[in-house]
Amino acid sequence: MLRFLPALTLLAMLGPVVAGLWGTALPAFGHLPAADLTGPSLDPFRSLFGWGGLGAAVRLSVMSGLIATSVSLAIVVFITAGWSGTPSFRVLERMLSPLLSVPHAAAAFGLAFLIAPSGWVARLLSPALTGWVRPPDLLIVQDPLGLAMIAGLVVKEVPFLLLMAIAAMGQAQPRRSLLVTQSLGYGRLTGWLKTVFPRVYTQIRLPVYVVIAYSMSIVDVAVILGPSTPPTLSVQIVKWMSDPDLSMRLTGGAAALLQLGLVIGALGLWWCGEGIVARLGHRWIMSGSRGQFDAPIRVFSLGLGSISAFAVLFGLAGLAVWSFAAFWSFPNVLPDSFTLRTWGRHGPDAVATLGETFLVAGIAVLLALALVLGCLEAEHRSGRGLTRRGLWLLYLPLLVPQTAFLPGLQTLLLNLGADVGRLPVIFAHLVFVLPYVFLSLGDPWRSWDIRYATVASALGARPSTVFWQVRVPMLLRPILTATAVGIAVSVGQYLATLLIGGGRVSTLTTEAVALASGGDRRAIGVYGLMQTLAALVPFTLALIIPTMLWRNRRGLHE
Amino acid sequence: MNKGLTLRNLCILRAGIPLIEVDHAIAAGEVLTVMGPSGVGKSTLLAYITGTLAPTFTGMGQVLLDGVDITTKPPHARRIGILFQDDLLFPHMSVGANLAFGMPPGGGKAARRTQVEDALGGVGLTGFADRDPATLSGGQKARVALVRMLLSNPRALLLDEAFSRLDADLRAQVRDLVFQTAKERALPVLMVTHDIEDAQAAGGAVIELESLSKG
Repeated sequence: MLRFLPALTLLAMLGPVVAGLWGTALPAFGHLPAADLTGPSLDPFRSLFGWGGLGAAVRLSVMSGLIATSVSLAIVVFITAGWSGTPSFRVLERMLSPLLSVPHAAAAFGLAFLIAPSGWVARLLSPALTGWVRPPDLLIVQDPLGLAMIAGLVVKEVPFLLLMAIAAMGQAQPRRSLLVTQSLGYGRLTGWLKTVFPRVYTQIRLPVYVVIAYSMSIVDVAVILGPSTPPTLSVQIVKWMSDPDLSMRLTGGAAALLQLGLVIGALGLWWCGEGIVARLGHRWIMSGSRGQFDAPIRVFSLGLGSISAFAVLFGLAGLAVWSFAAFWSFPNVLPDSFTLRTWGRHGPDAVATLGETFLVAGIAVLLALALVLGCLEAEHRSGRGLTRRGLWLLYLPLLVPQTAFLPGLQTLLLNLGADVGRLPVIFAHLVFVLPYVFLSLGDPWRSWDIRYATVASALGARPSTVFWQVRVPMLLRPILTATAVGIAVSVGQYLATLLIGGGRVSTLTTEAVALASGGDRRAIGVYGLMQTLAALVPFTLALIIPTMLWRNRRGLHE
Repeated sequence: MNKGLTLRNLCILRAGIPLIEVDHAIAAGEVLTVMGPSGVGKSTLLAYITGTLAPTFTGMGQVLLDGVDITTKPPHARRIGILFQDDLLFPHMSVGANLAFGMPPGGGKAARRTQVEDALGGVGLTGFADRDPATLSGGQKARVALVRMLLSNPRALLLDEAFSRLDADLRAQVRDLVFQTAKERALPVLMVTHDIEDAQAAGGAVIELESLSKG
C-alpha cells in the first residue's frame, strides 16, 4: 500500500496539470465539442492576435512578473546579506509566518486601501503637505503601468523568498564564511554576497522560478491592483473563459497557451540572466574589491523590507477599520464614528462562506497530509530519498502558470459533462496544497534523528508503531505547521475555486475578489479580514496546540 | 544449541568496495570490543546487525543469535538491544511510558506498572515513572535507557559508543552497571568504542578495525 503512495501523490499533483494543459490545447486549436466545434484550426490564434489589447496585456504580464521577482529577490538578498544573525533580522523572522499566511487578495486590498487617493497615506499627508481637501483624481491603484500590482506582488513575495533563503542558509553555514571574509577585511554585505549568496541561490532557485511564474499569471492581485483596459493577459483569459459565449473559450485557450509560452520564455530569460550575473559576480570576486556601499545598502534594504512588511500589516489594519467605519470623510485619518452595521449586514454571509472555505481546505489538506506522510514514510522505509528530479516534479505544479492549465481543466470537465462543484474544486486545490505541504514538512521530517527509529525497532516496535507512536508525536509541531500552510494555500486559491467551481463554490477569496469591482470598501474590509483570519488562525493553533499538549515535555520545546 | 551472537564472515561494502570484515563468535555473557578510528564503519557494522543498514551499503555474511540465523529478519523481530551515546529517550513519553513501550505486550495494567517501578527501583530511580525524561540528569537518563532496553528482553546487546557522552566517574559507574547486568543475564555484548578504558573494563576480546579501503 505504502509503495504506491508516491505514484498516487504524483498523479494527484500532476494529473490535473497535464490534463488541464491538454484541455487547453484542444480548444486553442479549435476543438470544443461542448460548443459543437471541431478542429483543428488556427482561428483561435487569429482571433487572439486580432485582439487590440494583446501587446499591452503581454507586456504587462511579462514586465510585472520579472520586475516583481527582481525587486523581491533584491530586497531579500540584501536584507539577508546585511542583517542575518542580528536582532533586527530576528524581528523580521518572527513576522514571517503571519505575513506569509495573509492571502494575496487580502494583502492587495489592504495595499489598495493604503495607497489609493483616498487611502491612509493620502489622508495622513492631507491637507497639511498636499493641500488636498478631497481625494485627488489620480490613478494610483490600477495604474496603466501596473506599478501598484507590482507593489502588491512584492509585499507578498518578499516573505516567501525570505523564508526560503533562511531555510537554505541552514545548510550553507554562513557564520563561518562570514568570519573568514571579515578577517580578510571584507564588509559584512560584500563578504556575504561573495561567499554565501552563490550557495544560497542554488537552493532558492526553484522558489524564485515559482515566484516568476506566479507573478506573471496571478489573477486576483491583478484584478484588484492591476490596470483594466487592457488587463494582464491572465485576467483577460479568465474573462474569455467565463464568457457566456462558449466560442470565446477558443480564444481563451489560445491565450492560455500563449501565457504558458510567455512563462517559459521569461524563465529562459531569467536563466540567461543568472549566467550573466554569475559571470559578473565571478569577475567581482576575482577583483578582490572589499565593497564600499555596504552601509547605505544595508540601511536601504532594511528600510524597503520594513516598508513591505508594514504595508501588509497596516493594510490589514485598514481593512479592519473600514469594516467598522460609519461615515469617513476625507482627509480624516479615522472614521467619524464606528459602527457594527457592515458586520451585521455581511457578517452572517461571510461566516457561512467561511464554513465552505474551511470544508474545502480541510478535506484538501487532510488528503495532502495523508499522501505526504505516506510518501515520507515510504522514503524512510526504502531508504531512498527524494532525488533532484523528484524535487523538480514537486515544483512543477507551481511552475506551470495556473491560467494555462486551470481553464483547460474546466473545459475538460465541461466536455466530460462532469459536474462542477465542491469535489473537483477540492482536487484542484490539492494540486497546489500538496507541494507546499510536502516542502514544509519534508525538511523537519528528514532531519529527525533516525536512531530513535533504530532504538524503537530494537525494542520490538513494528514500523507502523514507530510511525504512529514515536515519529508522528515527536514531529507534531512541523506536522501542524504544514497543516496550517496547506490551509493558508487553500484559503488563498482564487482561480482554482472560480473556474473549477463554475461559480457554484464560493470561498472567502472568490467573494472578496468579486467585491473588487463594486468598490464597497466596508464589505471588502469584512471579507478581506475574514479571509486573513481563516489563514492566520490555523497558524496560531499550530503554535498553541503542541505547547499545550507537550506542556510537561521539555525535550520537545527546544 | 550454540548460545551467543555469531558474526559469520561478515563483510560490509560501500559502492562495491569492502569497508569492514568481521568473523567472530561472542559467547553468552562475554564482551567483544570493536575499536578503530572514527569513520571506519563501526556504527555501520552495528546497523547491519540490527537490520537497519542504509541502502548505500551492502552487507554480506550471516548474523546468528543463539544458533538462529536472523540476517533476513526485520529489525523489530531480531531481539537485539542497542544503546547509543545519546540516551534517545522518547521526549514525548514519561520515563515510565518509555519503559512500557519496550516491554513485550501482555500482563495487566497494574502488573506492567509494578514491573516498570521495580525496574526503576533496581537502578536507584524509585518514583521516577511519571517524570519528563528531559528533567533527568545525564546519568539518570543513561540508566533509564539501559532499563528500557533490558525490559524488552533482548538476547544480545550492542553498545555504540554508549559511554562516550558521560563524564569520567559517571562513565565507570554506568559501564559497570551495563557489563554486570549483561553478565547476570548471560547476554552476548558487542561494544563499539574508541576509548581504550572501555575495552579494558569490558575485559573480553578486542578487534581493531582498520580502513580496508585507503583514501
